[in-house]
Amino acid sequence: MQTRKLTMGAVFFFLAMIVYVGNVLGILFTVILNSASKGWYHGLLPKIITGEWYAYVAGDHDIAYLLFITFLVAVVVVAVSILVAFPAAYVLSRSEFRGKGALLSLFLLPMIVPPMTYGIPLAVVLYKFHLAARVIGVILANLVPIVPFVILILMPFIEQVGVNLESAAQMLGARRWTVFRKVLIPLTLPGMLTAAILSIVKTISMFELTYLVAGAKSQTIVVALYADAYAAGARPPQAVDALAVIYFLTTMICLVIALRFVSPTQMVFKIK
Amino acid sequence: MQGGLRGGRLVLLIPALAFVLLLFVYPFLYGLFLSFTNATGSPTLANYGRLFLDPWELRTIWVTLWISVPATLINVALAIPFAVFMRHGMRGEKIITFFLIVPLTLGTVLLSEGMLSYMGPNGWLNQLLQAIGIVSKPVRFTHNYTGVLLSLVIQGFPFAFLMILGYVSGINPDLEKASRMLGASRLSTFARVLFPLMVPGIAICFCLNFVMAFSVFPSAMLLGEPSGPTRVIAIAAWQWAFEKFDFNTASAISMVMAAIELMVISAVLVWRNRMYRGASMVGKG
Repeated sequence: MQTRKLTMGAVFFFLAMIVYVGNVLGILFTVILNSASKGWYHGLLPKIITGEWYAYVAGDHDIAYLLFITFLVAVVVVAVSILVAFPAAYVLSRSEFRGKGALLSLFLLPMIVPPMTYGIPLAVVLYKFHLAARVIGVILANLVPIVPFVILILMPFIEQVGVNLESAAQMLGARRWTVFRKVLIPLTLPGMLTAAILSIVKTISMFELTYLVAGAKSQTIVVALYADAYAAGARPPQAVDALAVIYFLTTMICLVIALRFVSPTQMVFKIK
Repeated sequence: MQGGLRGGRLVLLIPALAFVLLLFVYPFLYGLFLSFTNATGSPTLANYGRLFLDPWELRTIWVTLWISVPATLINVALAIPFAVFMRHGMRGEKIITFFLIVPLTLGTVLLSEGMLSYMGPNGWLNQLLQAIGIVSKPVRFTHNYTGVLLSLVIQGFPFAFLMILGYVSGINPDLEKASRMLGASRLSTFARVLFPLMVPGIAICFCLNFVMAFSVFPSAMLLGEPSGPTRVIAIAAWQWAFEKFDFNTASAISMVMAAIELMVISAVLVWRNRMYRGASMVGKG
């Protein structure tokens, strides 16, 4: 009786997972096939396979420039986030002080409030200071959810480094800066790597904030994709899908690299 | 070393604090200020009036709730049994989590674009449904309410699942064993031991899923009918800001959006605190 119940549950579980995964794969393969086909109005598979939509997209967009902006934003956001977040994560994981809980909540807030809620006031402020519609504005906007994210990822890594190691180094005559450079940084390097990789993936796929502050010359690939998809009719749908495939490959390569180093569950918000 | 906050350490907090104050708190307060002033800077309530007194704008709140509440309920309700089933780990876990992470990583824009063809009248989904005889003519999945709801489920389910899974796998399995050993059935073990212990996690998961769904934007534009039936509140705020360039009204709508999210979160957290007292008694007593 018990084993039968268990298998029933298992069958249901896997069936549902297959339905879910099947649909996701269906969506992705439709995009990929459609981007390389012509006249696919009905039937299981397209009759004519062509590469012309990629040529079309290459003429329509400066793909190299889009990718350059996308990675420029991602890399700068990650570098700045780690520089800003590391000291804060260090203090938050090493010290007890009044108002620490409130401070933690304040740092967590930008991660919990969805970008579309604070994005418009943020965009207004960035426009006011003439930072929007420029790469610097896109970077600043993307920092908002990433800095708290990096703080949250780094904290457990810093907690793992024993306080004793730092004390020992100090007792042996090392200065604060040396302790930091020779003990703390090397031991928390895995944490920084994790934070960096996850943040790059998140920034590449961040649509809302980038969309609200980017101009024509500072948009990332996902914003260009949205603009193309929204202006349906301005260009053939297959050309939109070709850009979608380019975005898909960019994100997937980063995701696969990321998953070599981190566990997938680190990518969602963890409840304590 | 594990001491209080000495002056030297305080300095280390300054960059992060300055960042959060300048890029998050200040824009929010500035938005609040804008929402209560007009274009010349004198105080007014007209911006809120434009939302609450115009039935077309006011409607967006109900439209958004009508999409986000069902989507959140579906996601959380689906995530709970699956997370409970997988709580002790299983074979193929890595592959399953990989496929759940992919749609999360790709984001709404790509999924919406793909869903337009995949779920369109001649797409694979309709071909499949017709081939196995569930429907006789193509179902309309896109450019309507269903499309937006489906996109929120495809994006929100893995998020809810992985979050609840992370939470439920942290619950001490001995509690379940004890309950089973004392003669409780599987069902009552779930209902009286496991579920009450899961409530705090479920509550936070519900909140985060809800605020995500409530601020839905790209999929409502691409997969829905942004001119009416799926004109969600984020679209209204965006249109006031970037089509009419009225940042004051746009800020007012953003503030209302944040206020509604805050209200729902507080309601859920109050409910959680009332549940949790009972739950910890089950856990410890």
